[in-house]
This record gives sequence, C-alpha cells and structure tokens, in this order.
Amino acid sequence: MATSASAYENDIKNLKATELTLGLPGTHLQQNVPIIDQEKSSASSSSNKRPLQLPHEETSPAQDCGSKCSNIAKNTDDDAAPPPSKAKIVGWPPIRSYRKNSLQEQSEAAGGIYVKVSMDGAPYLRKIDLKIYGGYPQLLKALENMFKLTIGEYSEKEGYKGSDYAPTYEDKDGDWMLVGDVPWDMFVTSCKRLRIMKGSEARGLGCAV
Amino acid sequence: MTHSGSSLPDLPNCTSTAAPMSEIRSPPPDRVLEIVLENVLHFLTCRRDRNAASLVCHSWYRAEALTRSDLFIGNCYAVSPHRATSRFRRVRSLTVKGKPRFADFDLLPLNWGAHFSPWGSALADAYPWLEKLHLKRMSLTDDDLNLIARSFPSFKELVLVCCEGFGIPGIAAVAANCRLLRVLDLVESVVEDADEDEEVMDWISCFPDGETHLESLVFECVECPVNFESLERLVARSPYLKKLRLNHYVSIPQLYRLMHRAPQLTHLGTGSFCASDDVAVGDQELDYSSAFAACKSLVCLSGFRDILPDYLPAIYPACANLTSLNLSYADVNADQLKPVILQCHKLQTLWVLDSICDEGLQAVAATCKDLRELRVFPGNTREEVEGPVSEVGLEVISQGCRKLQSILFFCQRMTNAAVIAMSKNCPDLVVFRLCIIGRYRPDPETHEPMDDGFGAIVMNCKKLTRLAVSGLLTDQAFRYIGMYGKLVRTLSVAFAGDSDQGLKYVLEGCPNLQKLEIRDSPFGDAALHSGLHHFYNMRFLWMSTCKLTRQGCQEIARALPHLALEVIDSQEDKADDHIEILYMYRSLDRPRNDAPKCVTILQ
Repeated sequence: MATSASAYENDIKNLKATELTLGLPGTHLQQNVPIIDQEKSSASSSSNKRPLQLPHEETSPAQDCGSKCSNIAKNTDDDAAPPPSKAKIVGWPPIRSYRKNSLQEQSEAAGGIYVKVSMDGAPYLRKIDLKIYGGYPQLLKALENMFKLTIGEYSEKEGYKGSDYAPTYEDKDGDWMLVGDVPWDMFVTSCKRLRIMKGSEARGLGCAV
Repeated sequence: MTHSGSSLPDLPNCTSTAAPMSEIRSPPPDRVLEIVLENVLHFLTCRRDRNAASLVCHSWYRAEALTRSDLFIGNCYAVSPHRATSRFRRVRSLTVKGKPRFADFDLLPLNWGAHFSPWGSALADAYPWLEKLHLKRMSLTDDDLNLIARSFPSFKELVLVCCEGFGIPGIAAVAANCRLLRVLDLVESVVEDADEDEEVMDWISCFPDGETHLESLVFECVECPVNFESLERLVARSPYLKKLRLNHYVSIPQLYRLMHRAPQLTHLGTGSFCASDDVAVGDQELDYSSAFAACKSLVCLSGFRDILPDYLPAIYPACANLTSLNLSYADVNADQLKPVILQCHKLQTLWVLDSICDEGLQAVAATCKDLRELRVFPGNTREEVEGPVSEVGLEVISQGCRKLQSILFFCQRMTNAAVIAMSKNCPDLVVFRLCIIGRYRPDPETHEPMDDGFGAIVMNCKKLTRLAVSGLLTDQAFRYIGMYGKLVRTLSVAFAGDSDQGLKYVLEGCPNLQKLEIRDSPFGDAALHSGLHHFYNMRFLWMSTCKLTRQGCQEIARALPHLALEVIDSQEDKADDHIEILYMYRSLDRPRNDAPKCVTILQ
C-alpha cells in the first residue's frame, strides 16, 4: 500500500505532467529560473541565494518539481519576471548564431536530429530538432510559428494548397522533396535540411512527376 | 575634458572653408599658422590624439577637421551622416559600427536599424575619393553595395563584419566595378541565399579580366557554392594576393590547386578541409602537405570547416611559422591536436573548440610560450553537462603562457583558485572574458561565488581594459571592479549581482567605462541614476531583463538631453512600468526616425 509520502509524490508528478510551460515537449524544466525580484540586503553573503543545480548533484524528479513549482509560483507574481523556463535561454551562452549553426556535436550528443531550416527571403537560417516532433502536423505547426506564416493543407496529388508556402527538404541522395511525401520515420532519418519555398515554385513542386 | 570627438556639440559659427591657395600670394598671418598646423597634423594618425588636438581652439579644430583622413564612427546613431561629412571634408577611409554587440545573440529585434543607406548617399556626395569602408553590424542592401561600387572610382577596400541584408548580386557589383579593389573581406556576415533553383550568380567571374590588385579575399561566410574554375583563374591572375579565406564549398583537392597557384599566401582559410562527396577517400590521394610546404610564407591558418581530422597532418610543414591558428570550427580531440600544436612554437593567436579538452590545453601551454590570444569555444552549449574544459585547463594555460594578453574561455566549471592563478601568472592581460555556461554557478570546490576570482583579475591585471564576468556573482564582485578596474572600457555582465548597489559600484568607480552591456541582472532605476555624471563619456549602455522602469528611464532622458534612450519592448500594453530592453547612447542629433514599432525613443 502506498504511503502518504509516495502518494503525495505521485500527485506532484501528475501535477507536473499537466503543468503548462513554454518549454518544448519532452524537455524538463530548466533549474535556474532567473529571479530578479528578490529583496536582499547587499551585505549578506551569497551562496544560498540562487536555486543551484550543480552538475554532480543528483536530485530526484519529485524533489526538483517541489522546489521548481514554488519558484514558478513565486515568479508569476513578479512584475518583471521573464516567461517561465524555456529549454534554452535566448542568447545564452553568448555565441554568435553563425557559430552555433556550424556545430554538430551538440545535436549528436543530445541524441537530437538537427536540421537547418531556411525560408526564402528570411535572412537567418534556423535549426530544429526533428526528434521532438511526433509527426508532420507538429512539425508544420512549429514551422508556421517559427516563420509566422501558414503552410496550407497537404495533399498527395497537389502538394500544399491554400498558401504561398511549401515546405521542402533535401534528402540523403541530394534530391529535393516535398515534406509529407514519405512516411514520417523515413523522413526523419533521410532529411538533411529543410527549405520553405515561396511562390510559384511552391505551387509547382506538388504537381511534379 | 573628454577624449572623444563627438561628446561636445560643434563649436558655434564654425565654418571650415579654407581659402584656395591659388588666390593668395602670401597668406594672411593667421592662415600661415593654420597651414603649418595642417601639415603637422597630417602626422597625427591616432584618433584619440586628433580628438584632443581638435579641442585646443577654433583654428586647431578647423585644421584637424580638414586633415583627418580616417574617420571612425563608433555608433552610427551618435552623429548624423550630414554632420560627419560637414565637419570632416577630406575623408578617405571610414569605419562605421551599428548594432550593439548583443544583437549577435538574437537579443535585438530584426529590423532594429543600423541601415547603411543614409550613410551611403552622404558618402557618395561628400567623398568621391573614398578608398576604404569598414562596416560592423550594419544592415546593408544590394542597392547599397551597388552604390558603393559605382560612386567611388578610387575604392580599394571593403570590409564587412557581422553585417546582413545583402546578397550575391551586391558582392558581384563590387567585384565588377571596383577596378582598384585590393581588399574584399566578408566576415561573419549573413549573405542571403539565392533561390535554390535559380542559377547562383558567379560573382567570382565578375572580377575584371587581367591582373587584379587583390591582396585580400575573404568569403568564408558566403553560404553558396562558388564556381571553382573562376576562382582558380582569379587566384592565378592575382599576384598580390596574400590573404585568402574560402568558404566550405571549396574541398580539399580544390584547395590543393589554389595553394599551388598562390604560394605567396600569408593568410589562408582552408574551406571545408575534407574531400568533396564525389571523390571517394583513397582515390588518387594528393599529397596535401606539399601544398602547405609550397606556401612558405603562411603565418595564419583558419577554416577547417567540416574537417576530416585525418587530413590535419597535411598542415605540418606550415606549423613552425604559424603565428595564428583558428581551429574553432574543427571538432578535434587532444590526440589529434597534439602533433600539430607541438610544432607551433611561434603561435601567438589560437582559437579552438573545447573538444581538445584540458589535455589539449596542456599541450598548448607546453609549447606556445609566445601565446598572446586564446579563445576556447564550446562544442556543446547545454547548461547541465560536464564540459571537456575546466579550471584545470585554465590554470595550465596560465602557467605555460605567461605573455597572454587576451582570453575568451567557455566552460562548464571554473574555480576561483584557477582564475586567481591566472591573474597572477598573466599580468599582461588586457582582455579577460570568462563564460561559465551554467548560470549562477558557484565555485564547485568551495561553493563560494566567483567574486574573488574576478576581483583578483581586476586587482592584479593592471592593464585590463575589457572584462566579461559569469558564474554566481554578488555585489562584492562589482565592488572589486569599481575599486580596481580603473582602466576598464568594456564590461559584460549576465545573470549577476544582488542589488542596485552592484551597478552603482561600477558606474561610480570606473572612469574609463565606455561600453556596458548587462542582461538579466537585478539593477534598477536607482542604479541607473548613479551614472548620470558619466553617461556622456560612454559609447553605449545596454540593459535587458533588469529592473528598469519607463519612469526611471524618462528621468534620465530629461536630465541628459544628448542621450538617446531606446526602450525596446515586445509587448505593447503592459500592466506595469517595467521595460525589457534599454539601449542608451549619446547622440548629437535628433532621435532617429527609422526605428521599428517595438522601439520607443525617450527624450
């Protein structure tokens, strides 16, 4: 029979599952939510002020969530608090995107499948991790959000109808294909990079061969 | 008296029209002095000296304005193009910097500004003899590049660093029209991809036929394939070419051919440093080291994108002469690095990835006794991991490389002891930038904040002018900086400090502070207020996700009319007065009118 303590822990775990965050699905809450509204005297000394998570500390998920939940609650009261923890903080660490885009190790070490995404007319390339999407609908939604556009409905015969944009990808053989032409799992393993085409090209692609 | 040229408004009634020499038989007495002065001032090249000279009196001001040929504009919004070109009439070389540095990390909204166009038109009118243009973090279009290409017949040098907004057509226009071009350096700039199915313009073939004047051609950041035959022909007809930095579309066999064409090269960026896909490894292996042996003047190597470490030994023949090596795009481990680095006795500048580990740094420390600048970049930017470099590597470097002047070090763990050791072992440090990737991370051994480490740096490194701090830091760290960092000009702060007092220490204590960038730290209006006496001496102040309110900023704006306070907020109607970003800079002219909606400029 479950003790009250473990029942409480279970409740916390379930609470965590239903918690709304801005993090990407599958990522855990970042331990260090920047706290900027703490009222502290400058004379007091230091080390217990920040929620620390040293790399070698092993904290159980339940404990983590306990402290994090209270942090979140505290932060939503703060006027100037930034949005609750994302998986990555914007612009941190301070590496130019140019350099970040060139790194592969990070993606491989984390088990992610990172591909570059370009959009016609946009000055910057973006990078996404295909592993975090369950299928095409999630991927397309993410692309729409990322580039602030609508992609339209996919159909086998006619490609993407109803918008000026069509997502395409380059596969391992160097061919450019329309996203959605192959089953999702095959797509994830063969996609080298993505490109969101615009205009007449986009409409043409769906009708090809 | 300040030493910066744009901190005082122009002197009233100052028109600098020198009487043409042809009309004068013997110049009036006051003009004699001016002519002598102009001739003497020609020898003054340092802009700080020139700024000082211009403040002596009206006639020195006029003479200096007429003789300044290199103009440096540290902030494109500090002064209007018209004002700059009206004062300085005979400029041959111009440097303009635009966006604040934090724009590199996506903290500034797109379309924020720093448009080159108004400068372009002003320059075309005022300086038809313009020879050199250096732009950093500016936004320029293909039209701008076209204008540059066609407006300056003597144009020799174009350097674009961290710029964006232009594409291949713009570059092609410069190549085609600037017949005297010596330098075309595109560095870490975003060059817009052409549409995939369109033929990518072969800008390399736009250079005119015949011998070129090219001395430096840098296009590592141009993300599109180049026509290799055109490139080879260009290199073959450029006898003065010393610096060549290729993009990663150039494969190693192609590099081999280029190097044999240009054995006079001193600076080489190798491109991809792996075979292209259509050549199977093992097929016809060329002796790549012969190419490196042929280029006897090589002192600087970079590139190595997509490197196949097997090819790294090819550079051995060049190692003994190398003074600069950039492997920061190469995932190379300690065992792969060692045979290379152990030959680089003359190395002064080294950029690497942390994949070389503390062990690799040990090898560097053992061999590179002349090292002046070291940058260690992270291969993995996640906060939770144990990194491959640590305080061990930093300490070892400090013991081996006593002449170190500049360091940028990314790591996941660092101790005060190692930082203190570096402060004592490397007294020549001018630039100390330590980035502990885990935010708010204390010393893992003592669990103390990193205050003492950075304190030792400002205390012991008496030449320090640039500092970037990280890790868990209290106001005490800033107290140290205010007390000892008297020469500090640039300070970067992130996720640090306890209260307003921290920022106050810095603003009150650092008289030479010019560039201050702060993010995610608990400094508010009272702290900002404590800098009123100093803001006109600064190039800019950046504070994002701190505790500033619009009201607080408004008070500063009222107190200092020549300060532009840009408040940048992504949300429109906010319940409270707190602001996301403050970007503040001195400006002689009216607030700019090219700002996007999310920017409000307080007056």
